[in-house]
Amino acid sequence: MRIIVCVKPVPDPSRFDKLRLDPETLLLRRDEVPPVINPLDRNALEAAFELKARFKGAVTALTMAAPNAEEQLREALALGCDRACLLTDPAFAGADTLATARCLRAAMRKLGAFDLVLCGGHSADGSTGQVGPQLAELLGIPDITHVLRVSVSGRRLRAHCRLEGGQAVCETTLPALITLDHEANAPGLTPMTGLRGALKKKIACWSAKDLGLDAKTVGLAGSPTRMLNIFTPPSRRKGEILQGSASEVASDLIGRLRRDALIDGGAR
Amino acid sequence: MDFDFPNPVKIVQRTARDFARQVVAPLVPAMEETGKFPKPLIKQMAEVGLLGLVTPRKYGGSELGYLARTVAIEELSKVSAAAGIALQVHHMQAAAILDWGSKAQKEKHLPRLCRGEYLGTCAITEPTGGSDLLGMASTAKPDRGGYVLNGSKCYITNAHLCSSPLVVAKTGDGSRGLSAFIIDKGAPGFSLGREEHKLGLRGANTGEFFFKNCRLRQESLVGDEGEGMKVALKTIGEVGRPGMAAIALGILDASYDEAVKFAKGRTLYNKPISNLQAIQWGVADILTDLETAKLLCYRASWLKDQGRDCATQMTMAKLYATEAGLRASRKALEIHGGCGAMMDYPVQRLFRDAMVCVSAGGTTEVAKIVISRAALA
Repeated sequence: MRIIVCVKPVPDPSRFDKLRLDPETLLLRRDEVPPVINPLDRNALEAAFELKARFKGAVTALTMAAPNAEEQLREALALGCDRACLLTDPAFAGADTLATARCLRAAMRKLGAFDLVLCGGHSADGSTGQVGPQLAELLGIPDITHVLRVSVSGRRLRAHCRLEGGQAVCETTLPALITLDHEANAPGLTPMTGLRGALKKKIACWSAKDLGLDAKTVGLAGSPTRMLNIFTPPSRRKGEILQGSASEVASDLIGRLRRDALIDGGAR
Repeated sequence: MDFDFPNPVKIVQRTARDFARQVVAPLVPAMEETGKFPKPLIKQMAEVGLLGLVTPRKYGGSELGYLARTVAIEELSKVSAAAGIALQVHHMQAAAILDWGSKAQKEKHLPRLCRGEYLGTCAITEPTGGSDLLGMASTAKPDRGGYVLNGSKCYITNAHLCSSPLVVAKTGDGSRGLSAFIIDKGAPGFSLGREEHKLGLRGANTGEFFFKNCRLRQESLVGDEGEGMKVALKTIGEVGRPGMAAIALGILDASYDEAVKFAKGRTLYNKPISNLQAIQWGVADILTDLETAKLLCYRASWLKDQGRDCATQMTMAKLYATEAGLRASRKALEIHGGCGAMMDYPVQRLFRDAMVCVSAGGTTEVAKIVISRAALA
């Protein structure tokens, strides 16, 4: 089975408290927080390795990012990918989800035939969840999102997907694209034993020209989305310290919670 | 100058950090309570590649070098300095075999150490002391094509978790009178003593070895007869001391995190105590010590990876980082006020661990002797 996994470097979510917005450029200042593989993309990689273990084949990690994303691709190789491909070009900067999907589609065409594309459900930074479905649309293949479980039989793919308050079971034919939910599997840690081997593998590095893309269709120029403003909303939380004995404070608190309909017995 | 880590080291750092948080952190309360090392952790460290960090791939290691080792031990020690010392002493035996062992010894022991069949250790310290190598009393007398070992070793990390420890004993007089051996635990005349109860690094195993007419085959010898001093000094100087320095870095990191968290969260006079200058100065001292120690430790490890002389730099890194770890954990404890004395707060553990790190691998005074000898040579 020929599998492509889209991976994205994102600021380490465990250190999001250190992220700052640049007030001038309205962009995230990423220098304080080192990049990692987007956590849901690790679920996608894990799913790819499980399928590869069952059906043989090869797994390719693909990313559109700055040149230093080589680090995340090396990690993907150490995790078990067979090859990796980095799409990098100053012209790609400022891409929205559609311009990103265009680049990824062009790279997939260059990579050759594939059976399955796996993506994380959404990225930890942008969180749009749009790149996967847009990519499927551009490729003209079916897509299934929020996948919890996947099985393949012949050219048919069956997936259990998370819905609000339940699950759906969907079936489609290959080639297809699926996006993975965080409960799909439990990604393992990167084995250090695989790192030396990963360093020796060549990473394909392609620019807009290599992909045959017009500069007007990629990056900021090719993005219909315009960021008008980005800001941290003022906190509306207000602390209040209740005074009195323990029982007075407790009954005061219960009264307030009921009044605001936060617990049963209050206004509806 | 490029102060950024190479990509593999960054990946090792993140993996070790995730491993420490996900696997080691839940074990810490029981390690503190019982003082016992959780044996399943050995295999888990092997699976993620921590045990073989400095061992070549042909022997099953990951061959990622000493800078990677330093950051891995640092990350582990942020969560558990006890787990950090178990790992760092394990690497000491692997490095000694790699540097001095025969082809057969490498092929036999290194893959088993990488796979985590057991932990490694180097048994040098005796009741007469650790740094006074020539004062050791254990003897290995030549006998019928082999040796007969008598004596004892104490304060040996991983003593009850190893299988074939490296042991240094006297085979003659003077600096050429020491030799190193690999001894199987099942050898007749080799027995284990007690497990020590320690002030800090609780959960790391520390114990004694006893040898009574323990017969060794000639193949047990590591390096040539009389090279035991070189084996011990190089292994302690270039692997053991930076290992202790890396543990101290972890303690420094954790002391900084705990001090900042408490200072921002604790309110006094209706304001967080981080608004008080006395607290601010304490945090500034901890952070400055942390950054200084990192520079010394990382550079010394980088020198080792370049194959350059590094023993003095490693000793300076150990001296500075362990003393800074003690200063920082004490300052963090003081910032916690009365809470610092409570076992519920991890800062007390950091302080106890830092106390033990100062003497392990050579005391501060011994480190100064080593450094001054290089300076005045």
